[in-house]
Amino acid sequence: MTFNNEMGARLWRLAIWVFIGFFIINLVGIIAAVVVDSFGTSWFNSWLPGGFTTGWYRQAWSEFQLGGVLLVTFEVAGAVLLGSALLGVPAAYALARRDFPGKRFVMLIFVLPLIIPPFTYGIPLASVLYQFGLGGTLTGVILANLMPSVPFVIFILVPFIEQIDPRVEAAARVFGAGTWALLRTVMVPLLVPGILAALLLVLVRTIGMFELTFLTAGPGSQTLVVELYYSVFAAGMRASQSIDAMAVIYMATSLICLVIALRFVDPTQIVGRAKRTTH
Amino acid sequence: MTISAKNFRELRLEGMRRDFGGMNALKDISLTVRRGEFIALLGPSGCGKSTALNCLAGLLPLTGGSIWLDETRIDHLKPEERGFGMVFQNYALFPHMSLRKNIGFGLRMQKLPREVIDAKVEEALALVRLTKQADKLPGQISGGQQQRVAIARAIVVEPPLVLMDEPLSNLDAKLRLEMRAEIRRIHNMIGCSTIYVTHDQDEALSLADRIVVLRDGEMRQVGTPHELYARPAHADVAEFMGYRNILKAQAQSHDGARLRMRVGGAEIAGCAIEATPGRDVIAAMRPEDLTPSEHGPIAASVISAEYRGRDFYGLARTPEGLDLWFRSDIAVRPGEALRLGAPAERVLVYAGGAA
Amino acid sequence: MQNMVLTPPVPERVRLSQRLARRGFDVTTLLLLPALLFVMVLFVYPAIYGLWLSLHPMNGGGWLANYTAFFSDPYTYDTIFTTLKLAIPVTLVNLLISVPIALRVRHMRYQRMLTTILIIPVTLGTVLTAQGMLNYLGPLGWFNRVLMLLGIIHDPVRLVHDFTGVFLSQIVGGFPFCFMLVLSYVTGIDPSLESAAAMLGAGPFARFRHIILPLLGAGLAITFCLAFVQAFAVFPSAVLLGAPSGPTRVIAIAAFHAAYEEYDYSMGSAVAIIMGAVQIIVVMLVMKASSLLYRGPVAGGKG
Repeated sequence: MTFNNEMGARLWRLAIWVFIGFFIINLVGIIAAVVVDSFGTSWFNSWLPGGFTTGWYRQAWSEFQLGGVLLVTFEVAGAVLLGSALLGVPAAYALARRDFPGKRFVMLIFVLPLIIPPFTYGIPLASVLYQFGLGGTLTGVILANLMPSVPFVIFILVPFIEQIDPRVEAAARVFGAGTWALLRTVMVPLLVPGILAALLLVLVRTIGMFELTFLTAGPGSQTLVVELYYSVFAAGMRASQSIDAMAVIYMATSLICLVIALRFVDPTQIVGRAKRTTH
Repeated sequence: MTISAKNFRELRLEGMRRDFGGMNALKDISLTVRRGEFIALLGPSGCGKSTALNCLAGLLPLTGGSIWLDETRIDHLKPEERGFGMVFQNYALFPHMSLRKNIGFGLRMQKLPREVIDAKVEEALALVRLTKQADKLPGQISGGQQQRVAIARAIVVEPPLVLMDEPLSNLDAKLRLEMRAEIRRIHNMIGCSTIYVTHDQDEALSLADRIVVLRDGEMRQVGTPHELYARPAHADVAEFMGYRNILKAQAQSHDGARLRMRVGGAEIAGCAIEATPGRDVIAAMRPEDLTPSEHGPIAASVISAEYRGRDFYGLARTPEGLDLWFRSDIAVRPGEALRLGAPAERVLVYAGGAA
Repeated sequence: MQNMVLTPPVPERVRLSQRLARRGFDVTTLLLLPALLFVMVLFVYPAIYGLWLSLHPMNGGGWLANYTAFFSDPYTYDTIFTTLKLAIPVTLVNLLISVPIALRVRHMRYQRMLTTILIIPVTLGTVLTAQGMLNYLGPLGWFNRVLMLLGIIHDPVRLVHDFTGVFLSQIVGGFPFCFMLVLSYVTGIDPSLESAAAMLGAGPFARFRHIILPLLGAGLAITFCLAFVQAFAVFPSAVLLGAPSGPTRVIAIAAFHAAYEEYDYSMGSAVAIIMGAVQIIVVMLVMKASSLLYRGPVAGGKG
C-alpha cells in the first residue's frame, strides 16, 4: 500500500517535471529557431543553416528602416512611461490611502481595461482617435498605449503603497514636515522601488503591445512589433532571415527590459501577494 | 458512545535527531511517554521544541533515531498514517468548512458511517461547549472558540497522542488561563497522552505531569513540575525556571551538599545541586526567596521597587555593583539601604565556568 | 446645558470641504481625478461611442442592420463558434496543467528562476512566438525533424497554417499567464491547513480534493475568466500561424476585416461589441457557477 503510494507520487512528480522540461525545450527551440535563422546564410531541409553571417542584420536595418522604427518605439515607450507615472502614481496613492463612496466603481473602471483584451476595445478606441484626427499619428499611438498602462501602474502600486504604514506619514507630519517635505523626504524614497518596478513592466508591455498599436498606427508611427507583424504577414516578399534578424532585435529589446524588471519584482506578487506563515 | 483515546502503553523516542543543513536542530532526544501522561516541551524560542513536535507528527522526517508506539516503529510513517491529533499554533481550521465539518474531517477520512460521525461530532462539540455555533464558519467565531474547535478536531478521532504547538500563544491573558484549565480537563476526560510545546513556564508548570526542558536542541532536564521548580538540574534551566538572580560566587567551605561562598563582599550559604569541583560556582536564587532582614548577609541599596498587591518586588544593587531581584513584605523606596538574605536550602549552587 | 443652546446645530456650519472630507473626499482623493478622467475619455467614451457607431450602420438600413447582417451570414457568425472552439479548450488545458505544476513548484527552491523562464513567452508577445513557431514547427523545422529522427512519424506533420498551430501558440503564450495566477493563489493557501488535514488522516489526494481545491475554486474561476477573454481575442497568431480564411477565422479577424479592409467602422464596432458580449456572457456564467463555491479567507485562523 505504502509502496504503491510512493510509486504513484514519484510518477506524478516525474510527469510534472517532464512537462516542464518539454515546455522549456520547445520554448528554447522556438527562440533558437529564430536566432539561428537570423545568422544563417541559407537554411533548407537540414538541421542547421549552410553557413553563418551577420549580413541579415545589416540588410534588415536598411530594408525595414529599423533605425526609424526603433526611434518610434522608444518615443512611444518613453511617452507612455512618463504619462503613466504622472497619471498612475497619484491615483494609486489616493486609492491606497482613502476610502470613499464609489471606490469600488472607480476600481472597476480601472480594472476593465486590464482584463478586457485590447483587441476588443481597440477598434472603438481607434475610431474615437480617428474622429479627433489622431488616428495614425504618433500621439494617437501614445494615447492608445497609455490607456491600459495607467490602470496597470495603479494596480501594481496600490498594494505596494498599502504596505507602507500610514503611521510613517503621520509621524513625519507630527514632526513638522509639510506636504512638500513629506513627499520629498518620506514618500518618494519609500515609493521609488515600487514605481521603478511598475514602470519597467510598463516598458516591457508597451514594447510588446501589438494590438493597440496595430489598430491605431499609420505609416511612420509603427512600433517594432507591428513592423514585425507586417513583415511576417507578407512573408515571401523578403528573406525570412532578414525578418528573423528583426525578430531577434525585438526579442533582445524586450528581454533586456524584462530581466531588469524581474530583478525588482516577483511576477507572482503582481497578482496577489504570496503569503507564507512561517513558524 | 464516548470519545476515549485508543489503547496503547507507551510512546518511545529513541535518539531522535534532526539536522537542518549541517545544523543540529535536535540532538539525541530519548523519552518514554506513558498513556495518559501530559508532557510539556519547554524552552526558549529556537530551542528545537517545534522541530521535535513536527518530527513526532511526521511533518518533518528524522535524520536519526526512531519513534515507537509500543512495539510498532512509526517514524517512517507519513503524518496521515500515524493517527495522532495535532493542535496548531494558528489553529489551521479549514476556513471553508463549518465547525461541524471541521471537527468531522478526520472521521470522514476514516470513512466511518455517517451516524457514527454525527454522534461523535455532536459529542465533541458538547465537550468544547460549541454546540450552538456548530454551523458557523471558523471566520465567524472568536479566537478562543477557534482554539476549542481545533482541540475538538484533534481529539474526536480518538488519537493515542495529541500534539499541541503553543496553542495558547495567540490568546489574551484571561482567555489563556481559561483554556489552560479546559485543555487539562479534556486531556483527563479522553485519557490520551499529550505533548504540549510552550515557552511559558507557568503554562508548563500548571499543565504538565512531566516537563522536558530543551535548549539548543538538547534535553537539559526531564522531571515533574515540582522537581523543575525546586531543583533545576543546571544553571541555565534555573534561569529559565524563574531564578532571576544568577550570581558568580567563590566557594569557601563545604559541608556535604551545604557550602558557604562569597558573593561580592558578602558570605552566604547554599546547597549544591551538582558537583562543584572548582572554587568558582554559580548561585541561583528566586526573587521571592531573597528578602530583607535585619541580619541578612548582603548589603545593598534599592534601585527600584514595584507594588504587586500583596507585596513588593524590587531591584537592589550591592556596593560591588551586583544587581539583585528581591521581594519584600513591607514597602521599600529607591535609595533605601537594606540587608538581604535567603534561606540556605533556597540558594542553589552549580559548578561555575559553564554559564 | 447652556452650551448646547449656544452652539448652533452642527451640519449647517460645517464647510462643504469638511463634509466631503468626512466621507473620504479630500485633496488626496482628488489625485485620482486625472487618471480617472483619462480612462473615462479613452475607455468609457470609446465603448459608448463604439456602441453608438455600431447602431448607425454605414450603409443605412435601420439601427440593428449591422447586427442582423452579422447574425444572418454564417461566414460571420460562425467566427463566434470558431473562436469558442479554440478559446475554451486552450483555457481549460492551460488551467489543468497549471494546477499540478503550481502545487509542485510552490515548495521549490528555484521557484523564481522557473517563473522567470515561464514569463518569457509573455514578454515575447504573440507576434514573435508566431514567427518562431513558423520556423520551429514548420514541415522542415526542428520539431518535425526530431520526431522523424525518433521514428515517431515518417512524414512531417502539419502543425502550422492550421488550427493546431494557433492552439499550440495559445498554450505557449497562455500557460505561463495561467501558471503565474494559479501559483499566486496556491501560495496564498496556508500550508498548515494541509499539515492539519494530513494529521487527520487525509492522504495527498484527499488533501487536494477537500482542502486545496475548495480553497482554490474562486481563484481558478477568475483565472479561467482572465485567460479565456485573452484567448477569445486571439488575432496575430490566428493570422500568422493559422488559416485565417478557414479553420482559424476568429472573431477578431472578422472585426478587423470589417473595420480596416472594408473601412466600415460601424460594422467593425458592431463585431467588436459582439466579441465583448460573448466574453462577458462566458465570464458571467463562470462567475455564477463559482459563486456556489467557498470564497473567503484562505488562512487557517489568526496568523
